[in-house]
Amino acid sequence: MVSSINENNSKNGEKKVHSFYFDRWWLLLFGVIAIIVLLVIFKPDPFRRIIIFVYDGIGVTIFTTVVSFVLVLIFGLVAGLGRISKNIILNGMATIYVELVRGIPLLVQLMFWYFAFPSVIQEVGNAFGISSFATYRANPFLMAILGLTFCYSAYMSEVYRAGIQSISKGQMEAARSLGMNYFQSMRFVILPQAIRVILPPVGNEFITLLKDSSLISVVAVADITRRGREFMAANFIPIQTWVMVALLYLVLTLFSARIVNWIERKTKLER
Amino acid sequence: MEPIIHIDQIHKYFGHVHALRGVSLDIYKGEVVVVIGPSGSGKSTLLRCINRLEEFDQGQIVVDGITLDSAENINAVRTEVGMVFQQFNLFPHLSVLENVTLAQTVVRKRNPTEAKKTGMQLLEKVGIPEKAHVYPLQLSGGQQQRVAIARALAMNPKIMLFDEPTSALDPEMIQEVLDVMLALAREGMTMVVVSHEMGFARAAANRAILMDEGQIIEEAPPNVLFTNPTNERTKLFLSKVLL
Repeated sequence: MVSSINENNSKNGEKKVHSFYFDRWWLLLFGVIAIIVLLVIFKPDPFRRIIIFVYDGIGVTIFTTVVSFVLVLIFGLVAGLGRISKNIILNGMATIYVELVRGIPLLVQLMFWYFAFPSVIQEVGNAFGISSFATYRANPFLMAILGLTFCYSAYMSEVYRAGIQSISKGQMEAARSLGMNYFQSMRFVILPQAIRVILPPVGNEFITLLKDSSLISVVAVADITRRGREFMAANFIPIQTWVMVALLYLVLTLFSARIVNWIERKTKLER
Repeated sequence: MEPIIHIDQIHKYFGHVHALRGVSLDIYKGEVVVVIGPSGSGKSTLLRCINRLEEFDQGQIVVDGITLDSAENINAVRTEVGMVFQQFNLFPHLSVLENVTLAQTVVRKRNPTEAKKTGMQLLEKVGIPEKAHVYPLQLSGGQQQRVAIARALAMNPKIMLFDEPTSALDPEMIQEVLDVMLALAREGMTMVVVSHEMGFARAAANRAILMDEGQIIEEAPPNVLFTNPTNERTKLFLSKVLL
């Protein structure tokens, strides 16, 4: 590994970072891509057919994961702030949410949002004569994103909580003593520091979410996994199908891991 | 004359520990008051009550005519009261200049150019304008503490609180911080300083106060308190500090 060089020789001691850094783990990603390419070139039947069939699922997986993750970053922060709040009601609500959601398997939660939740809405509609509720039909996409967001926000809130609590109390006191209110202190002092601390676990959550998004295949969303299952059902070649599906996920997760690693290095604190 | 800080019979409990036991103290504009006392005597707690970083259980504090009761009043008082901490507490993710300009722009709503101008003037005042674009962790302890003083001054406070400002410093860096504090005292800043720096107290303070077990034991001009204390506990404490 070629090391990054932080130089500090400019006038005024201003920060000046020259970094040339080759991260050898990119090779792993390129290796996986090479295997896919070779398989498609030298064994187009069935591998090229599989890729063509599964292709639209890749977009669905990426889209669902990214949209859910953006929402998770927002709601996770809200829940995380609730978890560290001194307000008993806010804290209680956040804690109950986190404890309950963490205790129920994601698959069961997705089943609830897709199959049970619409029925609940319909029952309510029938009971109170609200016709738009009574005829409510669940959009699989929406329910999948809702389910993933609802579950992962609970996990993410714990990451935020740990990150915020890792910043010394003196930082908050210094900010408050300058007259900043709680939210200004969080926004300008605590969170910018906490984000550096939580980047690795947040990246980890993203990759886990990407993999767990395969569960939405059971609620009628045509992601990579579901498209793979459809292909297998039609062609009866399980080994090739699932190898290719696994390789596609690997490309996505290995790529994400490299990006997370790159951001981590970019945001390292100057010392 | 109205005192700028009026502390009236405050009590503070940490669980079952009675940390402040009915402390009353009036501090007038332009005064420099040094608070000494053994660790655990409540001197830092008292200081932190003045800008309500610490809540107190009984009594009241009025700072510059504002009673510390509502959240609004507390923020109002904090903008008028600067605080310097033992551990500096500079914001490590911001450059030195940004440390000094942040609260100006966020709280005082000054525009960035103006804030930078004020910031640079203050960095010059504390003697490190050349470090404006360096990050705090690249500075020595003494330099960091001077930046922390500049950061507090940037809000144009009427009062400055110092919570053991030199206790975390290597001996050779103490003087540079004390010099800045001395200059500030000479300009007529109202200062409350928790510190055992007797030299500073003699040179700058109008009053020295000895606290023990959550109470004010004795107060007098520093020369009198240090050389001619009347209270037994003061004598005992000074005999340990002034070896």
